[in-house]
Amino acid sequence: MAVKALAVLAGLALLAVPPFLPKYFLEVLISILFFAYLGLAWNLLGGYAGQFSFGHAAFFGIGAYTSTLLLLRAGLSPWLGMLAGGLLATGFGLFEGYLSFRYGLRGPYFSLVTLAFAEMLRVVTVNLKVVGASLGLVVPSQTNALLFVFADKLPYYYVIAVMTAVALAITHRVAGSRLGYCLVAVRENEDAAEAAGVDARGAKLRAMAISAFLTALGGTFYAQYFAYIDPTITFGPAISIGGLLPAIVGGAGTVLGPVLGSFVLTPISEITRAMLRGRAGADIMLYGLVLILVISFLPQGLMGWLRARRAS
Amino acid sequence: MSQLDLSIESGEIVGLIGPNGAGKTTAFHLIAGFHPPSAGTIRFKGDSIVGLKPHAICRRGLARTFQLVQPFAGLTALENVMVGAFTRERDTAAARRHAGEILDFVGLGPRRDTAARNLTLGDRKRLEMARGLATRPELLLLDEVMSGLNPTEIEAIIGTIRRIHERGVTLLIIEHVMQAIMALSHRLVVLHHGEKIADGPPALVARERKVIEAYLGEAGDGTAP
Repeated sequence: MAVKALAVLAGLALLAVPPFLPKYFLEVLISILFFAYLGLAWNLLGGYAGQFSFGHAAFFGIGAYTSTLLLLRAGLSPWLGMLAGGLLATGFGLFEGYLSFRYGLRGPYFSLVTLAFAEMLRVVTVNLKVVGASLGLVVPSQTNALLFVFADKLPYYYVIAVMTAVALAITHRVAGSRLGYCLVAVRENEDAAEAAGVDARGAKLRAMAISAFLTALGGTFYAQYFAYIDPTITFGPAISIGGLLPAIVGGAGTVLGPVLGSFVLTPISEITRAMLRGRAGADIMLYGLVLILVISFLPQGLMGWLRARRAS
Repeated sequence: MSQLDLSIESGEIVGLIGPNGAGKTTAFHLIAGFHPPSAGTIRFKGDSIVGLKPHAICRRGLARTFQLVQPFAGLTALENVMVGAFTRERDTAAARRHAGEILDFVGLGPRRDTAARNLTLGDRKRLEMARGLATRPELLLLDEVMSGLNPTEIEAIIGTIRRIHERGVTLLIIEHVMQAIMALSHRLVVLHHGEKIADGPPALVARERKVIEAYLGEAGDGTAP
C-alpha cells in the first residue's frame, strides 16, 4: 500500500513539476520516461511471458520509419502514422512470434532469433535508397501540433508521460486478467501450463502483439522528438537493450518495475556520460558494471528487493 | 509402447500398474497429447484427439497430473489453481472463487496464500490435483500422486481421490502403492515392457501368473501384490 501511495504522489509530481524545470532536467526526465515506456512495452513479452526478446528494435524501427515515411511521402500526420506503424509492427511481431513459437524456440534461442530479425530489418533498411538507406530520414520540424511537432520540449514531455501512463494501465490490466495469469504460468512452466489448459502459443502471441504495438509507438515518438532517424538508431541493438534493461533492473514481470528501473538507470547513464565525456566507451563500461552488480545481487530487480524488505 | 488397447468407461476408477519402465507415464503422455503416437488412434468421448495440443485436450475434459509435481513455484496455491480455473472462466473474480472452492475441497484452504514453493510435498501433490480439477475434467489422469508420501498422507489422499470420484470424475490412476490402488480401483490394467498383460477386477488380476512374474522378475521393489 505504501508503494501505491508513493506511486500516486510521484505521478502527481510528474504532472505538476515539469513546467518549472530547467531545460536540461526536463530533457533527462523525458529520457527517463521514454525508457520507462519502452521497458513497460518490453515487459509484457519479456517479463510476464518470460520470452526474452533482444530484438524489440525491429518494432521500434517499424514504428519510426512507418510514421516518418507516411508523413514525408503522403503528408499523413504522425498521430495517425503512429497507429499504422503500430499495426505493421504487430503484424511483424506475430509473424516473428508464430515462426519462433511454432518451432519451439525458447530461452536463448528465442532471444537470438529476435535479434536476428531486428538485424535483418536494419540491413534491409541500410540498403534501400527509397527509405533513405544509411543516410536516414530527416523529419520535418516546422512547429505544428497536428503534425506532432512542437517548438518546446514541454509538450513532448506530456506526450511521453501520457504514453507511459497508458502503458502502465495496460500492464496493470493484463497482469490481473486471464491473459496475465496464463502468461505467468507459461513463464514458470510451459508444460504444466499446457496441461492446465493454457494455450501457451496463443498467450505468447497475444503478449507479443501488445508489446510490439506499444514499442512501435515509441519509435514514432523518437522520430518526432529528435527529428531524425536512421537504421542504426532505430533497428540497432542499442535501443533493444535500452528498453529491456530498465525492466530487468526494476523487476521484470511487475507493473512498476520498468518505471522504477528507468528512474534508477537513466540518470546513472546520464551522469556517467557527462562525467566520462571524452573517454570513449568509459561511460558504457561503468554503466555495464552497475548493471552487472544489480543483476548479480538483485535478480528479482528492485521491485523484488522492495518486496523482500517489506515481507521481513 | 506397443499395441496398447485400453478403454475407460465413464464413472470408472481404473488403476494402471506395472513394474518400472513398463510405459505407464508414456501412456499418459500419449493420451494427454504431450507425445504423438506413431500409430493407432486415441478417442475421447467418441472423437479422435490424436494431434491435438495438450491444452485443447484439457479443454475437452481430460486433465492430467505429473509424476514429478510441476507447480508454478512463484505463485501462491490459489493462483496456481486459478490458472486451471481460467480454462473455464474468463473473469478473474470468477476464477478466483472457483479456485478457492477447489482448494477447500482438496483440503488446501488454509494454504491458499502460501507460495507453491513453500508447500510440503503432500500439499504440492494436492495442489497439482486441484489445478487439474479446476479445469472441470470428466477424466482425470493421476500419475503416482502417492509417491514420497507417508502412510498418514496416503490415507488422506485416498480420501480425496474418493471424493473427487464422487463428484463425477472418471479416474485413470498410475500408482505403485499397491494397497491403495487395489482398494480404489474398479479395474486394474497391468503394463509390462510397453504391453498390456492383464485387464480386469483387482482381485483377479493380482492373482494372474503373468502379473506376478512381471513384478517378481524386477529387482524386488517390495511393493508386489
